[in-house]
Amino acid sequence: MGLTLTRAAQWTTSSSGTAKLESTPLNESLLKEILEFVEKIGSKSPQEAEHVFEEPLQWNTTLVASHFKKGYNTRGSTVKSNEKDSEGNPLLQLSPPSLYVRNFSQLSKLLHVAKDRKLQEVQACLEENRDPMVNILGWNFISKLDRTRSPPEVPIDASEKDVKVKLFILLQDIDKKILNKLVAEISEQVQLDPTIVTKEVELFKQCCTEGEERLLKSLRYTSDFEFSNGCRAPLWRQALGEICYLVIEPCDGEILNITCSSAGVFLNAGFQQEGDESHYERKSDFYEDLASLLKNRSPHFAENINKQVVDGEERGRAQKSEKQQENIVHQWERLQRALYGRKKCDTCQRWRNLGVLTVCGPAEEEKARKSSVEKKRPGARSRMKAELSASYSPGHLSSQRTKTSAGAVVEEQFSESSSETEEEEEQPERRSETNPDLPSEYWQIQKLVKYLKAADQTVTVLVLCAMMELDLTKETCQLAIQDLGGLEVLLNLLDTNDIRCKIGSLKILTKISQNGFLRQTIVHMRGLQRMVNNLDSPVKELQALAAETIANVAKDRRARRTVRHHGGIRKLVKLLDCIHDSANLRANMEKDLEVARCGASALWSCSKSSKNKEAIRKAGGIPLLGRLLRSPQENMLIPVVGTLQECASQESYRVAIQTEGMIEDLVKNLRRDNDELQMLCASAIFKCAEDKRTRDLVRSNKGLQPLVSLLAKADNKQLLAAATGAIWKCSFSMKNVAIFQESKALQTLIGLLTDQPEDVLVNVVGALGQFAQKPANKTAICNGGGIKALINLLNGTNQALLVNVTKAVGACATEKDNVAIIDQLDGVRLVWSLLKNPSTEVQSSAAWALCPCIENAKDAREMVLFLIGGLELIVHLLKSTNNEVRTSICAVVAKLAKDKEILGVLTDRGVVSLLAELINTTDNRLRCYLAEAIGHCCMWRNNRASFGEYGAVGPLVRYLESKDTSVLMSTAMALYQLSKEPSNIITMHEEGVVQQLIHLTGSDDSKLQEFAAGCLRNIRLLSLANQRAACSNENP
Amino acid sequence: MTEMSAKTRKAIQTQAENLSKKVEHFTKAEIECLIQHFNSLLADQVSRGKAAHGLDRGRFRGILQNVFGLTNAMMMDGVFRCFDKDGDGTVTVEEWIRGHAVFLRGTLDERMKYCFQVYDLNDDKYISKEEIFHMLKQSFIKQPTEEDPDEGLKEVVEITMKTMDHDHDSLLSFEDFKKSVQAENLLLEAFGTCLPDPMHIKKFEQLVFQEQHEQ
Repeated sequence: MGLTLTRAAQWTTSSSGTAKLESTPLNESLLKEILEFVEKIGSKSPQEAEHVFEEPLQWNTTLVASHFKKGYNTRGSTVKSNEKDSEGNPLLQLSPPSLYVRNFSQLSKLLHVAKDRKLQEVQACLEENRDPMVNILGWNFISKLDRTRSPPEVPIDASEKDVKVKLFILLQDIDKKILNKLVAEISEQVQLDPTIVTKEVELFKQCCTEGEERLLKSLRYTSDFEFSNGCRAPLWRQALGEICYLVIEPCDGEILNITCSSAGVFLNAGFQQEGDESHYERKSDFYEDLASLLKNRSPHFAENINKQVVDGEERGRAQKSEKQQENIVHQWERLQRALYGRKKCDTCQRWRNLGVLTVCGPAEEEKARKSSVEKKRPGARSRMKAELSASYSPGHLSSQRTKTSAGAVVEEQFSESSSETEEEEEQPERRSETNPDLPSEYWQIQKLVKYLKAADQTVTVLVLCAMMELDLTKETCQLAIQDLGGLEVLLNLLDTNDIRCKIGSLKILTKISQNGFLRQTIVHMRGLQRMVNNLDSPVKELQALAAETIANVAKDRRARRTVRHHGGIRKLVKLLDCIHDSANLRANMEKDLEVARCGASALWSCSKSSKNKEAIRKAGGIPLLGRLLRSPQENMLIPVVGTLQECASQESYRVAIQTEGMIEDLVKNLRRDNDELQMLCASAIFKCAEDKRTRDLVRSNKGLQPLVSLLAKADNKQLLAAATGAIWKCSFSMKNVAIFQESKALQTLIGLLTDQPEDVLVNVVGALGQFAQKPANKTAICNGGGIKALINLLNGTNQALLVNVTKAVGACATEKDNVAIIDQLDGVRLVWSLLKNPSTEVQSSAAWALCPCIENAKDAREMVLFLIGGLELIVHLLKSTNNEVRTSICAVVAKLAKDKEILGVLTDRGVVSLLAELINTTDNRLRCYLAEAIGHCCMWRNNRASFGEYGAVGPLVRYLESKDTSVLMSTAMALYQLSKEPSNIITMHEEGVVQQLIHLTGSDDSKLQEFAAGCLRNIRLLSLANQRAACSNENP
Repeated sequence: MTEMSAKTRKAIQTQAENLSKKVEHFTKAEIECLIQHFNSLLADQVSRGKAAHGLDRGRFRGILQNVFGLTNAMMMDGVFRCFDKDGDGTVTVEEWIRGHAVFLRGTLDERMKYCFQVYDLNDDKYISKEEIFHMLKQSFIKQPTEEDPDEGLKEVVEITMKTMDHDHDSLLSFEDFKKSVQAENLLLEAFGTCLPDPMHIKKFEQLVFQEQHEQ
């Protein structure tokens, strides 16, 4: 109880000199706690309750004799209890007005007697016995025990000592319990964060060293007692936001008595002892932290800390790895960062960028945090408003603040003082002067936000309307609303029940959420949750505005996830369901459509993440989007097609778009004169047309021609990219190519090969590659100057583009005349060098392009052998792990091996063993080209034997089980070549090749027949020779 | 209402017939419902000892508060003034139905006229700054830090006047009001809630018009 009374209770000194307990809520709950303890002690610990006090507790009571009934001996106005101590003195004695009580059980009985006046009695008792612990246990006992907290070695009666110790512990426990409870109560009212102060104090304590370098002589807390929340100020001061008190002795000047509070740091009236209220009085301005106060008060401190900061920075720059970085100054800097936080720096930086300088101190930040905590509590709105009413004044750290404490509003007025100017001079960086050129909107917004906080719904709407009159698209206005706390209020309005306030707030939010910074802040302040909550409001306008704002905010990834996590996707999809057939709803059609439009916009923003695409599908969004796709309004179609094309990256959507007849609508909308809509439709077709049925649908719905006409809008690169993409994918069907050509698409595409962004080029070249499947087009591309542009593109680095360019070049090279042109333009070398590209796709695509080049070259030998290192590269790529690369390289090897000289080089590089290693593949395409390569490599006799030695023959025979005719063909060819080597024939025979070859001789393909028959012939010849040899051996 | 005699029923039908020619937005059946509802409200009042042909101010305010969720006393007086066309201190059945036509189903035009009338406290066809100030007086939570607690409100009135007073005569005429509301619908109930919100309308219509279906 001792601690409780000295640390927690708020005492005032009355004129008569006796201390009084203030009637504050804090003291009241304290009294109640003590009362409860005393009432229960009799039943809980009867032994301790019987212990007789060292000195009686004595006070002036309002009770009179008539109150005391049973168990008391009343004589006149004096009362004595029947119970007596060992010496025969009554344990309770009343001689009006004084009352003496000598143990707890009597106290408890007395309180029972006092009935509704018991609280006053407890108060009077405590007021007149300022240290009840001494009365109860005796001064001797306390002074011994309190220090050591161990049982005393005082020679007193053992059992009595035991009870005393128990009582002492009991009292201490209750002391602690009450304190913790009060601290908890306080922290519900006031948010105090002592960690920053504690850190700073710890830091400066280290500065109190000896010598010239030291910053301070000494620094100490006024009180060693720390409450469970980390604060040291008495509880009733904590309620006012004060955290602790310090006494600092600077190197130059007087001792400073400092109060650290949540509002800042200031000098107090030099308080030395607790209990006297006047000592807490503020004697200086608020400073944002200890450092700035000390800088102001102690020139020595300011000089040294600044020097150290500069030193530290320079040293830090010069020798980064040095341990010295960990010196005190850096710690100080770190602390500074912790104090002001990133947020503040951002704010300052941004305002500075805008030519608007202001400082948002930690107090503001802490207030923002506090009020956000406050707001989470329902029903605290009016209080929150009072809390928020502190105004913002740039250039000053702390302005007027109001704080709700224990139900009473306490004001701390900001007062100008002479130290103001010095302070600003000393901290030019952080605390730059208020820029006189603040835009007028800034002040206007400051006022409006202030009113917003103090208004009921009617005036709130008026203020919101006034805010809408400002140019909210200006970044200055947007940032002002955020930084002046307006954003928070706007978002809070979304939690209210007032529809008009919500509408007004959202009207502003839709505009200011164009700003990326604000979007982040909105997400941070749980803004999206609140908007999502309003999506199922029965008021259409509100739904629409909430969705529209979500559409803006959900442009960031994190925001999109938040929308999904709060069930926003489902609600947004529900908004799309607006087409009803019943006649009486037709009147509301316009509003319903607006809601659906906003819903679609929000979904469009959200659909950029794949989990949201899935969520939209699961919520049944696809058929609803399909229905809206038939809408005649362009502003509706744009978000709908936007969502669809975004989602078309997923297979399920592509299938749905095709099967639910959406292609028809997409094609229809291609013809509208709206660039954005056309772009989105083309993009949707681009993504869907990989599927053949979709391509056919585009054709049958006459969508190809409009795609070509979009190429005319070459200035709109986005549109161009989408249109060329759609053309590329659609031209996978040759029927489509024919139709494209009717509209002269080829010439236009060739014209687009230069000076276009890469995403356009990829598509254009891809389309040309497809067009070049038709022989006439190959010549057209080469003669139209297209080939030169294509070959130029081979120098690029974009892999998708390189894949398409090599494909197109390869397609052109299938025409004999073109190869000469390509080679002349150095195209072959460029393609060949792409084999070195890290992308396997580029490698294989380049290899495929080389095949026709080699085949159709006038002098392939000269062309190839001229490329130094080219053949090594080919052989090396046979080691690739990618099947497509291996396949394409086998094809190249097959072409190259036709030339004996080249084959010689390849053989030297070990091509035979590498090919043999691939023999066990199961990939049919690879088998086909591998067999062909093997067959062509057999032109050299040695190679035939080598393949046998490497064990390639057996597996090759097994290729004949394949049903793929091209595999059969190339295998039969290879086997025929290999069968020229007798040792191979033996292996083949063992594998049972004869039966299969006989079967192949019955094939429809004459070439295949020939290879099979040829192979059989070689086998037969060997066996005949064998027989002959055997005969001559038998009959010499 | 089930024990309603055939005679009163007939009378209500005739009354509804007549009124349906004068009042827009309601079908005849709906007007019948409104009459019945009105009669039942009146019956409550009569049973409390006052014989009357219409609802008095107190009763009317009670209905506004309980049924339509209006709370501001000054606004409720304004609404009563608008309903009570002849200014005799009671709302008759015809006034009741005419009022509800705007209250429940009024077009934007009608509602603008109605709101303007509510806000034009002295009925001089203009809303003055003083009237606005008077209407909003209760709307500001006074701040202890403010030297003049009304300063904020004055400023808000000033700003609002600036945006709404298109002809710059420091008075809001109906034309000014209309122009402003058409530009920003939120300004319809600029100076106080005097129309029921959609939820209350829905509840009321369900209550009154469904009674009829049940019969």
